[in-house]
Amino acid sequence: MERILDVKNLHVDFKTYNGTVHAIRGVDFHLNDGETLAIVGESGSGKSVTVRSVLRLLAKNASISQGEVLYHGEDLLKKSEKEMDNLRGNKISMIFQDPMTSLDPTMTIGKQVAEPLLIHNKVSKADALKRAEEVLRLVGIPNPKARMKDYPHQFSGGQRQRIVIAIAIVDYPEILIADEPTTALDVTVQAQIIDLLRELQQKIGTSIIFITHDLGVVAGIADRVAVMYAGKFVEYGSVDEVFYDPQHPYTWGLLDSMPTLNTSEQDRLNSIPGTPPNLLNPPTGDAFAPRNAYALQIDTEQQPPFFKVTKTHYAATWLLHPDAPKVTPPVSIQQRFKKYQAWLEGDVK
Amino acid sequence: MTKYILRRILYLFLTLFIIASITFFLMKLLPGTPFTNQNRLSPEQLKIVKAQYGLDQPVFIQYIRYIGGLFQGNLGTSFQFNNEPVTQLIGQRLAPSMQIGAQAMIVGTIFGILLGAIAAIRKNTWVDTLATFISILGLSIPSFVLAVLLQFYLAFKWHIYPVALWDNFQSSVLPTLALAALPLGNVARFMRTEMVDVMSSDYIELAKSKGNSNWQVVTKHALRNSLIPVVTIIGPMAVSVMTGSMVVENIFSIPGIGEQFVKSITTNDYPTIMGLTIFYSFLLILVILIVDILYGLIDPRIRLGNGGKE
Repeated sequence: MERILDVKNLHVDFKTYNGTVHAIRGVDFHLNDGETLAIVGESGSGKSVTVRSVLRLLAKNASISQGEVLYHGEDLLKKSEKEMDNLRGNKISMIFQDPMTSLDPTMTIGKQVAEPLLIHNKVSKADALKRAEEVLRLVGIPNPKARMKDYPHQFSGGQRQRIVIAIAIVDYPEILIADEPTTALDVTVQAQIIDLLRELQQKIGTSIIFITHDLGVVAGIADRVAVMYAGKFVEYGSVDEVFYDPQHPYTWGLLDSMPTLNTSEQDRLNSIPGTPPNLLNPPTGDAFAPRNAYALQIDTEQQPPFFKVTKTHYAATWLLHPDAPKVTPPVSIQQRFKKYQAWLEGDVK
Repeated sequence: MTKYILRRILYLFLTLFIIASITFFLMKLLPGTPFTNQNRLSPEQLKIVKAQYGLDQPVFIQYIRYIGGLFQGNLGTSFQFNNEPVTQLIGQRLAPSMQIGAQAMIVGTIFGILLGAIAAIRKNTWVDTLATFISILGLSIPSFVLAVLLQFYLAFKWHIYPVALWDNFQSSVLPTLALAALPLGNVARFMRTEMVDVMSSDYIELAKSKGNSNWQVVTKHALRNSLIPVVTIIGPMAVSVMTGSMVVENIFSIPGIGEQFVKSITTNDYPTIMGLTIFYSFLLILVILIVDILYGLIDPRIRLGNGGKE
């Protein structure tokens, strides 16, 4: 499989009145051709900033202080603004979080969907509009021909998100970055949008980076998952590995706080105590240590490197060090381990 | 849409009727008559003159007569200006006022939009500071002060434009500039605030992610959306230009309506005052109506009669 995107040692800083916030502190990841990579983490962990760095769509006070973003081997951070314009919406495009505010309220949706085509290709306006109509049909807008002349306010939230997706895919991008595309939608519409993205991926063969804070959504769409905390990745692997054989205590915490079908109304949902660290002064050790019930002495002193679990599964926790004491993860995580073991053995037979 | 406009026109006349009535009674509350200053008139003569203009009748009868005249498009005759009908007086002096008023509005709005947009795009730089400074100057310097300054430098000292004359376009430049400062400052301030807001909105980010250059983002998406609130202030701005023009016309000796308004007030010329009040009100309501229609053209969300949801 070809790596179409390879992000290496990315560091992003934000200048604020209180000082420099080190929002991204050394992130490495890659995206294979045709796969879906999910990045999960709580609000403020740096998921959005990470993917916006790929498109170089960061706020004015942000700067990428270190790292490389290799797209087919070329560093996007070294490209001119004009070269980036040629990539955006053409090779790499983005789906935004809030469909209610992502569409230009004063432009017909037909024109908005056709816009990337007109920017990047030498096509006539009529051809572009025709293509926009096809794509609108593809994303499930009923009667697209008539509705091309409508404005965003004439569509529901779910339909608007479909239009936002249509804009992102209209020029058949190689990489589609979906920044929490379902967060602002209600649950039934969420499922529809996930289905649509999966279907589109098969039809146009694009690779997807999917950002979410909702682990439930991840299982339905991703091939691989990366868990992010305080501007760093803490664990990544295939969906099965991260969901059923999690190694990092933060991943345990996330999975443990998910309600299951067995959760009754009387049960309290588990949560991870404490709050994420202030990234104005990032901690020297593991950023998760103060909230981590399994923290070791070394966690407060030194940042853990990535330990290899399998060929595809890595986690940054000292617990994986050969000298680390054995700990017992939460009950729900132990159950996951058991299921995974049973499944692996069943697979072997 | 047509139905809506017709209804608005009906309201326009209703409003004018109410304004005419209020102005009429306010005039009657004023002390003195148009002939108070004319000491040469004996009491008998005064009585004759009053009877001639119907001023000896009870106020209520005068009111009925006046409103009756209004319905026939008759604003009465002036007491001062050679007994000319007020409609004729306004008609003769309409053109110069309209010309400098419209020129000032156009110049002020266009340059205000440009100034505000540039300030917003170059937010927190020296360009922004300079633009804000210019717009505050425009807002805070009264038009008559600016008029005198322009007159002194551009006309009196440097002889670029005539001091106070009304013949060709040349002579309309200074009064236009004097009047345009206020709308320019106003529009620029509004435009900047709005555009800063728009530039940080999600759809601008999406437009950027489509591959639009910064220039395209501004021209295709940001400008139109920023214009919506700016359109709302055109109405009140038109009023300030009208009132400003009264003084400015006097300073530049322009034979316009504003100049006449000031004269008619100093001489208690009731029919002219009322006629002009009604005329100004009419203009203002018309501007507001046009603004409302314009609003719908720019913002599809409030387009009238398309059954838009939400």
